[in-house]
Amino acid sequence: MDADIMELRQHMSQFPPFNALSDALLDEVAGQVEVRYFKAGSDVLRLNEEARELCYIRSGAVEVYRRQGDLHNCLGEGDIFGHFNLLRDHKVRFPARAIEDTLIYFISDAMFIQLCEQDEHFADFVELERPRLETAARDQRQSNDMMITRIRRLLSRAPVMVDVDISVQDAALRMSDDQASALLVTRECSAQDARRFRDDQGRHRRIHGIMTNSDFRTRIVGRGLSAQTPVGEVISPALLSVQADVSIYEAMLTMLRNNVHHLPVLYRQRPMGIVHLSDIIRYETHSGLYLVSNIFSRLSVEGLARLAPDVRAAFSRMVQEGANSQMVGSALSTIGRSFVRRLCELAEESLGPPPVSYAFMVNGSMARNEQSIVTDQDNALVLDDTFDPAQHDDYFRRLAVFVTDGLDACGYTYCKGDIMATNPRWRQPLRVWKGYFRDWMTHPTPETLLHSSIFFDLDSAFGEAGLVEQLQDLVAGQAPHSPRFLAAMARNALNRTPPLGFFRTFVMEKDGKHNNSINLKRRGTAPMVDVIRIHALACGSKAQNTFERLDAIHQTRVLGSGVSDKLRYAFEFLCMSRLRHQAIDIEKNRTPDNNIEPENVESSERHTLKDAFQVLSNAQKFLKFRYPQPSANPSSSGHRERS
Amino acid sequence: MRGIRPRHKVVQADWGAYLGDRAARARSSAVRDFFATPAPAAETPIDEVPMVALDMETTGLDERRHAIVSVGMVPFTLGRITPARRRYWVVKPSRPLSGTSIAYHHITHSEIAGAPDFDSVIDELLPLLAGRIVVVHFRNIERPFLDAAVRVRRGEGVLFPMIDTMSIEARRYRQSLWARFRRWLGRPPVSIRLNASRARYGLPAYQGHHALVDALATAELLQAQVASHYHPQTPLGALWC
Repeated sequence: MDADIMELRQHMSQFPPFNALSDALLDEVAGQVEVRYFKAGSDVLRLNEEARELCYIRSGAVEVYRRQGDLHNCLGEGDIFGHFNLLRDHKVRFPARAIEDTLIYFISDAMFIQLCEQDEHFADFVELERPRLETAARDQRQSNDMMITRIRRLLSRAPVMVDVDISVQDAALRMSDDQASALLVTRECSAQDARRFRDDQGRHRRIHGIMTNSDFRTRIVGRGLSAQTPVGEVISPALLSVQADVSIYEAMLTMLRNNVHHLPVLYRQRPMGIVHLSDIIRYETHSGLYLVSNIFSRLSVEGLARLAPDVRAAFSRMVQEGANSQMVGSALSTIGRSFVRRLCELAEESLGPPPVSYAFMVNGSMARNEQSIVTDQDNALVLDDTFDPAQHDDYFRRLAVFVTDGLDACGYTYCKGDIMATNPRWRQPLRVWKGYFRDWMTHPTPETLLHSSIFFDLDSAFGEAGLVEQLQDLVAGQAPHSPRFLAAMARNALNRTPPLGFFRTFVMEKDGKHNNSINLKRRGTAPMVDVIRIHALACGSKAQNTFERLDAIHQTRVLGSGVSDKLRYAFEFLCMSRLRHQAIDIEKNRTPDNNIEPENVESSERHTLKDAFQVLSNAQKFLKFRYPQPSANPSSSGHRERS
Repeated sequence: MRGIRPRHKVVQADWGAYLGDRAARARSSAVRDFFATPAPAAETPIDEVPMVALDMETTGLDERRHAIVSVGMVPFTLGRITPARRRYWVVKPSRPLSGTSIAYHHITHSEIAGAPDFDSVIDELLPLLAGRIVVVHFRNIERPFLDAAVRVRRGEGVLFPMIDTMSIEARRYRQSLWARFRRWLGRPPVSIRLNASRARYGLPAYQGHHALVDALATAELLQAQVASHYHPQTPLGALWC
């Protein structure tokens, strides 16, 4: 027992950012806090009073407000507040009130500054949204580089080991008994041998070499050696091996460089197993690349549909191995487009060649290269202008039915909004499509705005790509000069807002309501895509992918400096969070969806998600200012567009 | 163990006169200096009173047979508790430590072996209490033990006004009309022990029986009690005893 109050320290050590502090720094903070009790309903920080401390909630709950009185945040045990006041001008800008009986630990301004100076992680945590998001996104990238699957994952059993002195005949029998294609040959060694390991009996041994199936052919039978020859005389003492923690890729390189098919895998000097080239190939067959080539070799819709579980497996593995959202999104989109292409090919095989050229257009997430595992189909047919409905539509209707039915069978469910090539409205020649697009941008209505947000993410998956490219050009050319359209899209983009964040097991809404779960697509990634699409349309970008759109936006300086980076980090984090929760669903044999439940969100993820929501919320507010409703006078609206 | 019947008759004494009298007659320097420092007057509003939460762990409940093992204190006001200015002493009890009390407050023989006698604590402790109002949970430990321990070593004891958070709980939950109504219904009396009392105010449960943690817990409890039942301008005299 000593003179420290362990209660204080222990509690703080469980919550970020204090959980990452060094022991010495944590001791110092915990030793200096001041404490005060606040009855439910009483003010903790009042607007405009002097701010000299950071507040830590030991127990209870606190609501933080904006100056205008809007709820800003709702915080519980282990959360901090008041740091924005300290980082600015030491005046309370965000007043706080206890909503339950609450015990607050106060951390002095001087201590706060010391923490920011001495602990980078702490500084990142308390600064406004960007740095924390940036750190989270950067960590994701780093772990992505490091989290390469290690070779030990491919080992299914311990190696079969024999002594150098046994005969090749006995060795052959051992291999047959154990159904092994290779043996590790070991011999006794001294206790000082650098390559020694202890066998099951505790004796010092070392690896002498490896004996494989092919050695019997080349080294024994081929040379006419007796079955009684000791294995030690047959094999060459080769010390080629890899450590259990090298990547699969590295192990594969080692095999290729040395032209071997078997490789002993060691943990320090202890043999853990033997990996064969076929193990690696089998592993690789679950990857996206293998899937794509497999899609093109299928001869029927049924054959394609049987690949659906492989798509899920490939998705889970990518997320587990730390792929970022762009990698996962583009891999799944590539797979999705491959299904479309193969289905179009199969349709043409059964229906005959098309009467006029066409493009099978994909829209929405597949066009943006941002597909996740939970997705429906959005597609359409863009036909050559020589299209004659009376003569040709029957062919394209049947093609559309074939492809959309096939996609549904492969796990890409029918679009509930009927945005599919089977809908006659979305199976039209290019000139009709151009008419649609022009009309949508000149006379936006609630219905056409919805269409714009789906069809203005567009790409060709099969056929005459030029037809879709012309539409892309049209949008990029006309949208920047359509202020009414942009303003209407901007207003529309505010329909789906993010929540405030999480509070205990609830999702906190801005109006103070609680919800049990949150649809991360509807409340996070989709509104973010909407916001970024409008900026991209305004600057005439032809990019479809959200990250590429951000690059284009960044170059035109539509947004303030640093804003596009903020959006990028926030979007990446929202996407990854959604993908991770879907991967967890798959792992636990649940149907993956877009919902996440607060109890499944870790503390650090909560904080970063909250920041991402904040970035989104600010970006939505900015839209209203950036794309105002033009006045009825066309000349003044043109002027505003130029300014 | 703290629920025993008080042996000292609680009197709403005229503490001002008592303290003045002691200051004039004290003989030993430590006691004289303590009483010479003016304590906050009875009419001082509670939110202006400098206080100090005090807790002692003892080998038993009778100051004539048992001894002090450790002392913890944390200065505070209604506005702030300042654990940074905490003090804690382990002392060698003048009477042997029994096995049961070790189990109770976790202080072991070896810790006590190297500890000083309470005599050396007196000269540090009394100046830290002087000029402040001592706050305890159940005054019938701290008051008689401190008085007896100083009396044995310096020839005269120290008695002074205290705020007793358990007594505040008792007034509300044992003697109030509501409490009598509860009793009339045959419901068991509400516990007024430290952690049970804290729980009623939404305060977290602490690992008890460390003098320092209990002192902090007592300070938090008083803040909660005043926030819940009293106006911050309540005169000190209405709370002390």
